[in-house]
Amino acid sequence: MKTKTPAPPSRARSTLGWWYTATGKARERKMWGTIIGIGGALLFPVINSALGLGWEAKVIPIALFIVLALGLNVVVGFAGLLDLGYAAFFAIGAYTMAFLTSTVSPIPFVREGNHVNFFLAMFVSAAVAALFGVLLGAPTLRLRGDYLAIVTLGFGEIVPLVIKNTPEVTKGTQGMNPIGYPEIPGLQFAVDPIPWYYLIVAVLMLSVLITARLRTSRVGRAWAAMREDEVAAASMGVNLVTTKLFAFALGASFSGFAGSIWASYLQVIAPEQFDFSVSIFVLCMIILGGLGNIGGVIAGGLMLGFVDRILFDWINGFVHGLGAAIGNQDLRLMDVSRSRQLIFGIALVVMMLVRPEGLFPSARLRAELHAAEEDEGTVAQERAILVDVER
Amino acid sequence: MIGITNGAFIALIALGYTLVYGIIELINFAHGDLFMLGTFVCLSTLTLLGFSTEVGTSGTPWLALLLAMIAAMIFCGVLNVLAERIAYRPLRRAPRLAPLISAIGVSFVFVNIGLFWQGPTPQRFPDLLPQYDFVSQLLGFTSLIRFTFKDLFVLALAIPLMLGLAWVIRSTRMGKAMRAVAQDSEMAQQMGIDVNRVIAFTFLLGGVLAGAASLMYGLYNNNTVFTLGFTAGLKAFTAAVLGGIGNVNGAALGGFVLGLLSALTVTYAGGQWENVGVFSLLVIILVFKPTGLLGQETGEKA
Repeated sequence: MKTKTPAPPSRARSTLGWWYTATGKARERKMWGTIIGIGGALLFPVINSALGLGWEAKVIPIALFIVLALGLNVVVGFAGLLDLGYAAFFAIGAYTMAFLTSTVSPIPFVREGNHVNFFLAMFVSAAVAALFGVLLGAPTLRLRGDYLAIVTLGFGEIVPLVIKNTPEVTKGTQGMNPIGYPEIPGLQFAVDPIPWYYLIVAVLMLSVLITARLRTSRVGRAWAAMREDEVAAASMGVNLVTTKLFAFALGASFSGFAGSIWASYLQVIAPEQFDFSVSIFVLCMIILGGLGNIGGVIAGGLMLGFVDRILFDWINGFVHGLGAAIGNQDLRLMDVSRSRQLIFGIALVVMMLVRPEGLFPSARLRAELHAAEEDEGTVAQERAILVDVER
Repeated sequence: MIGITNGAFIALIALGYTLVYGIIELINFAHGDLFMLGTFVCLSTLTLLGFSTEVGTSGTPWLALLLAMIAAMIFCGVLNVLAERIAYRPLRRAPRLAPLISAIGVSFVFVNIGLFWQGPTPQRFPDLLPQYDFVSQLLGFTSLIRFTFKDLFVLALAIPLMLGLAWVIRSTRMGKAMRAVAQDSEMAQQMGIDVNRVIAFTFLLGGVLAGAASLMYGLYNNNTVFTLGFTAGLKAFTAAVLGGIGNVNGAALGGFVLGLLSALTVTYAGGQWENVGVFSLLVIILVFKPTGLLGQETGEKA
């Protein structure tokens, strides 16, 4: 197969924007996607109040979960390390924030009212989460695939359990409350969701920028090489240890970042908020959208978030209304969101069967997943030839 | 003793994991939840037969228990085969992430079936076995160590089941085919083995064992809840890994060792630390000796 190798992007271009790495139509699509994405995100509050949707409280968690998904995408999508305990880092970030800013913090200095500035605490939370990412990553370096998934799953279970079992430090199941707010003169984070929205959108855009730039960077290419074939990557001079650890640390720090904001936004955190279903929910986002593709991950996150936080409310309202109209008590009191997990479960299976590469896959993953089909095709061909020969 | 008995049903579930992993290298996430549904089938069967409440002194309805167990075994076996047919078989040639995620999806579906079936609250499982402590009754002293009729019941069921499984694998035609497929499924196919049938049979075996374990669990612990499967599954998976995943003897051994360890954690660190202990053990084994106690080196597999 002969392909024209594209000219290497000039220095100025490569620092300008990540969509320059694509060519032709793809670049155009990426550019418009970026513009529409940024524009939509910035204008959303205006549209929201103009149409009277009242979605601001729903969109903030969705945006935050997309940050989580972007971080997980680095670990799973870029580096190919299946992490099923991602919520643990989310919890670590949230509790670090609580420790640094809450009046019920176990640190006496903080408890006496000297709470740390929110933005400083945010970065500390991310750093602590990254540290735990390395701590978990280091011993699992030799593991691959399923075993790694199980170790991370175990870790993801241990963290909430430890939080639950150490009430002296973390207040256990009672949860920690209140947690410090961000302080920017003129903005009222305590009562107004709009500053929150913009804060999270800023973090989200920063995350997109960082992950997009990383993907095509030296370390990003090292991740891709490692994901495809560890042995080959190592023999080409990729340092597997630092490459893996960096993926873990970076993924964890995104999670810690999101966790710290989440804690301050919700004002109360308890261990149940960080269980296995959170890890799976985030994983669903990136699988639905398309592993490894940033635009896809955002789209997947938006879709799942929309279904989870907005559509279910509508269906619930509809079912209750229907129940009231036809006088069916069961229908009127039925809680559709109870079957949320059921729908996610079915969606996961169907997705894997029908379109395992996600709705908007990265080109590389699509090629990989369809290679198997081609294999099958050639086997069938060979078989047909054999049959011919026998005749 | 509670450790050994708990270990017995952990081992039975672990066998289901290890059989499936051994043959198609899939971590069947839904297996624990299958076990949970099994306890519900037992409960429903017993209720249907009129033994939903305590029997007390009127004796143990052995026939009803047998029926409940058979019902659970058939149900779990068939459901497992169905899950394999629908959610895993089409993905056999896909990258390894795909069936794993599909299995997580199946697990969610199972949990929700459980939730709709019996509701979110823990269900009481009738206490149908005689209360009889061999240690205090026969030896005439009470101590921390007890060996009750329940323990005997569980062991008397579990050990023959495990021996039966070992016999199936070692001595039957199907067992031979299973071992062949586990070693090299393409080669086995060339030799005329119907690989799909063998894999379906493996899922059936795993499901049947989980069904049997579910009756024992219900009768021993006298409760069940729809979230049971997740922890049970993780424990069993830990046991399977501890013994060396894919290794049938290892899974049985791992189950008993894990049962003892978790009982020790409960006694010395308190019940709320039990799962922390189990998961830490899982992480430690995987990190330091991923092949488990009886496992062999499998090259790139891990």
